[in-house]
This record gives sequence, structure tokens and C-alpha cells, in this order.
Amino acid sequence: MRALQALSLVLGVALAAPALTVPALAATEAPKPPSLSWSFDGVFGTFDRAAAQRGFQVYKEVCSACHSMNLVAYRNLRDLGFNEAEVKAIAASVEVTDKLPNDQGEMFQRPGLPSDKFKAPFANEKAAAAANSGKAPPDLSLMAKARPHGPDYIHGLMIGYEEPPADVKLTAGQSYNKYFPGHIIAMAPPLAEDAVSYTDGTKATVDQMASDVAHFLMWAAEPKMEERKRIGFQAILFLIVATGVFYAVKRKVWADLH
Amino acid sequence: MALQLQNPILKWIEYRLPVFSTIDHMVGSGYPTPKNLNYLWNFGSLAGIVLVVQIVTGIVLAMHYTPHTSLAFDSVEHIMRDVNYGWLMRYLHANGASMFFVVVYIHIFRGLYYGSYKTPRELLWFIGIIILLAMMATAFMGYVLPWGQMSFWGATVITNLFSAFPFIGDPIVTWLWGGFAVDNPTLNRFFSLHFLLPFVIVGLVMLHLLALHQHGSNNPLGVEKKGPQDTIPFHPYYTVKDLFGLGVFLIFFAYWVFFNPNYLGHPDNYIPANPLVTPAHIVPEWYFLPFYAILRAVPDKLGGVLLMFGAILILFLLPWLDTSRVKSSRFRPIYKQFYWVFVLACIGLLWAGGQPPEGLPLYLSRVCTVYYFAHFLVVMPLVGWFERPRPLPASISEPVLGGGKLPAGAAARGTH
Repeated sequence: MRALQALSLVLGVALAAPALTVPALAATEAPKPPSLSWSFDGVFGTFDRAAAQRGFQVYKEVCSACHSMNLVAYRNLRDLGFNEAEVKAIAASVEVTDKLPNDQGEMFQRPGLPSDKFKAPFANEKAAAAANSGKAPPDLSLMAKARPHGPDYIHGLMIGYEEPPADVKLTAGQSYNKYFPGHIIAMAPPLAEDAVSYTDGTKATVDQMASDVAHFLMWAAEPKMEERKRIGFQAILFLIVATGVFYAVKRKVWADLH
Repeated sequence: MALQLQNPILKWIEYRLPVFSTIDHMVGSGYPTPKNLNYLWNFGSLAGIVLVVQIVTGIVLAMHYTPHTSLAFDSVEHIMRDVNYGWLMRYLHANGASMFFVVVYIHIFRGLYYGSYKTPRELLWFIGIIILLAMMATAFMGYVLPWGQMSFWGATVITNLFSAFPFIGDPIVTWLWGGFAVDNPTLNRFFSLHFLLPFVIVGLVMLHLLALHQHGSNNPLGVEKKGPQDTIPFHPYYTVKDLFGLGVFLIFFAYWVFFNPNYLGHPDNYIPANPLVTPAHIVPEWYFLPFYAILRAVPDKLGGVLLMFGAILILFLLPWLDTSRVKSSRFRPIYKQFYWVFVLACIGLLWAGGQPPEGLPLYLSRVCTVYYFAHFLVVMPLVGWFERPRPLPASISEPVLGGGKLPAGAAARGTH
């Protein structure tokens, strides 16, 4: 009984502490984006390869015109189910400047390799800002972890464009988005019906493309998630068994005291 | 009782270097422990284990991390993406910091409830407070290392606190930064100190154990042990009990690491540090929020800083502010209720610290701050004086076994 009281106190403090604080940390002025049901949710969640591949297509054909993904390499696409030849072809479709000069001491261009990181649309942040009315489009590698509600937010942002209320005046290059904190966003609505034609025949509605690209960006932000959950499941299963054994041993050792 | 060694090699070593008897005295059968410790006494050993986890994962992370403003953020992502099991090391380390504070806070609240700071354990308590301060400094500097937005702005806000002191404030801040803004010298020294301090904590933990073993553990009754009938040897009784507790704790720890690794962090720290863009709300990690709430509850900057540091330093006065001759709150009907009010005040501060400082959160943080200090400065001395404690048991074994039946092993090994 006493042990129970002690345990419940411990659990109460341990659970209450984080639970109380985090909703506060996640607060923003914008409304909460719609909660989608993602295949990567939950203990056994995995990435939907088809959705992530479609999302990559949206990124490549739409987002990558302005947004870099500097932390992701072409070789990482193998995780999404692209085979080696496909990855080589995707990498070779861009021309990159090699990191080191050639034997004549000159920087040179070559086709991309799987080991290269995704080619950025602009040479540097200043160039990106200059081409986008003064605000450089953010890198998308970690976007799904760098905003409250992650993938839900990305999906919401894509579908959240609407006419501004009467009291909001927009200047050139500004749009109104109901899920963007502060609502006034420098990014024009990026997706329109059939902006891409999916190779797998899926109908490219704005909502479909929005959830696909959010799926792809979640993978890009957390590429080891499947390994993490798999190991985590094994680890916790092992710990539960081990803890049961420890408890039995504890009971046995203490038996002569009670 | 002397340790009996059979193995000739161990005997040879023991004769020259008494490591085995020292270990036996610290956590072995040669340490007589009160037989009535409840599960709240698990948290000391848990804290020690989490410290080891932090040091081991931290050393591996340091092999791959680069402490430079232009490389730090990407090197952490390199760990997450390209280093074998790097994601595991980093998530263990980041969540391990939170677990360390969960465990240590429970350990401290246990000490508060059962009067573990009272004579003759005052120095044991003091060393514990110094460990807490060292942990806080270490955790703060560790959070700066990934060089995300919250790293940078957290470092800016917290170091700037020292500028509140008149005359010496600004020179101190410049000295801390190693320049005129939070920049590369700041990151470099934080990395250096973040690596050093855990080993200082190890030394402090050894002192903590040394002080603990002078008079042994307190216990839920708060009555000192009177003889072998009150104690059982630490090993195997508490080693196995701690092992079971460790198992439960590791399941809790593993949940965060494997299934919710970023919940206790802040999304803004996945944005690289940018001195030109201030986040909408700068909030520290959850374990600093109660102190952050106290800081912001005071309208005056210097006053807030002093009160925030005072919130921890006041713990040094506890042995004298508590005027009761009874240790355990179990026998203190009035004080026990104030204790739970104090716990509520701390939870209120924790919540308010994560909110923008306005309206209800600000009001709540002020009420809780007043109670936090009043609890120590007013309630403790007065209740200790006026309260009539319930009668104490004559000894530990009396209420437990009604006489003192001894386990077979304990009778022989209970004393030394």
C-alpha cells in the first residue's frame, strides 16, 4: 500500500511535468491545422513509400524552384524505394560545381552523383532573398520538425490560402494563409490542381499534393524513424520482460523479511 | 564487518588497495541500510545511472560534433543522419537530460517530505544542492550546442541576466560571451565546459555518497536506526530493489527516446541559429520553467534575477528554517498539508513558466512565487514551532515488524 502511494506520486510528477508544459510551448497565434491520419503515426508507423515518392515529385517539380534541402543527399532516396539506377539518374539530372578545383586549379561543373546533397536553387542566402522579394525561402530538410504540428502544418499551409479579410491589406508579393502564424505570407500559393502529373496515376488535387509533400518532408526530417521505432519496440519488450524478472527476484530476495 | 574474499588474486589486490571493501561498504553487503525504505529511495541510484548514461552518450556525440557557429548545426544533423546509431546517441542524450531532472526533482522532493536535510545530514543536503546547480549549468550549456534558434536565444537571454547587476553586470556578460555578442567564442567555451562539468558532478556525487555513508540513509519514519534489528544489508536487498526500479525507469525513458523524442524539445531548435530573427516566445527547457516563471514574476530585472537564484540558494538554509524536531512529514499532520501546497505551487510555476508572461499565467506565477518563498521563510519555522507532531515509533523495526525478526543474512551481516 505504501509502495503504491509512493509509486503513484512518482508517476504523477513524472507524467504531469511534461504534459503540463508542452502544449504551452507549442502555442502559436494561428489556428491548429487539421489533424491528418499519417501512416508514420503510432508505435508501428512506417513511411508510405508511394506517398513519399509522390511527395518527392512535388518537391522536385514545384518546391525546389525556390526551397533548398541541403541536408538530404540523392543516395538517401534509396530509402524511399528508388533503385540504384533511378537514384543515379535523378542525381545526374542536375549539374553541380565540384567541391574541389580540378588539376588546373579551376572549379568545374559535372553531373550530380548519388553522394551529392540535393542541389540548392540559389548560390547562397543573399541570392535567394534577392530573387524572392527580400526573404530567402527556408530550407525544407527539417521543416516537418521545425514547426509545431509538423506535417499537419505543412499540409495545412498548402491548403490554407484564402482571400484576406477586409481589414487586411496585402502588398505586392504577399498572400493570406489561415494557418501561417501572422497570416501574411511571402510565398504565393504554390500548388494548383494538376500542378504535377503523378507517374502512378494518382489524381493530383491540391490536397493530395499537400499531404504527399508533407509525407516526403517528414521522411526528410526524420529518415531514421522506422529504424528507431523498430529498435524501440524490441527494447521496450526486452525491458518489460527483464523488469518482470527483476520484480520476481526482488520478491524472492525480500521474502524472508516479510 | 570485514569483507571475506576467497579468490587469492582479489585478496592480493585488496591487501594493497582496498577497492573491494570500499565498494562493499558503499553499495554492498557491508552497508547496513534501514529496512523500511520505500520506492522513493530508488531515485538516488537512478540519478547516478542517468549521469553515467549522459557521460557515455555525450562522449560518443563529442566524437562527431563540431563546436563552431557555422558547422555545429549541420554536425548535429550529420550525427542524426550519417553516424551509425547517431540518432540513438543524440536522442538518448537529449531526453536523458530531461530524465535526469525528473529523477533528481523527485529525489529532492523526497528529501523535503521526509526531512532528509535535517541533522546530521546537512552537508549531504548541501552537496546535493551544489550538484543540482552544476547540473543546471551543464544542461543549459548543452542546450546551446546544437546552435538552433532556441539554443542561441536561450543563451542570449540567460547570459544577459547577469547584466542586471549594477557596475559589474556588463563586464561579466562580456566576459561570459568572450566578445560583445553570443558568438563562436561563446559556443566554444560552452562546449568545453559542458564536457568538463559532468566530471565535476561525478566528483560531487562521490562526496555526496561519502556524506551519505557517514550516517546512512534517512528513512520514511525519520527515526534514526538504533541497531542491527533496524537494518538490512544494502546488497542484496536494495541492489535488487534498485534493479527493479531501474527496469521501470528505463521503460519510461525508452518511451521518450524511441516514440516521442522531440516532444520535450522545442521545434524552433530545428531552425539554425539566426541572430537577426528573434523567436516569438523564447522558452527554456521544461526543467527550468519554474525558475523562469519566478524570474518573470518580478517586475524588476535585478529583483527577478536575485529571486530566481534565491529560489535555489534558500535550500541551503533549510536545516535551520525547519524548526521541527520531527523529520518525517508522516508524523506532521499540519506541515504535511503545506508540503502538498508547496508541490502545487511548484507545478503552477512550471506551467506559468511556459506561457507568455501576461494575464492569468503572470498572476499565477506571482502567487506561486510568493508561496514558494513563504513556505520556507514563514511556514517552516512557524509550523515547526506550533505543530504537535504525532507520536514517533520507538524504532524502525517496531512499527514494521512489531519486534524485530531478523532475516537470516541480516543478523550476521547487519553491522560492521
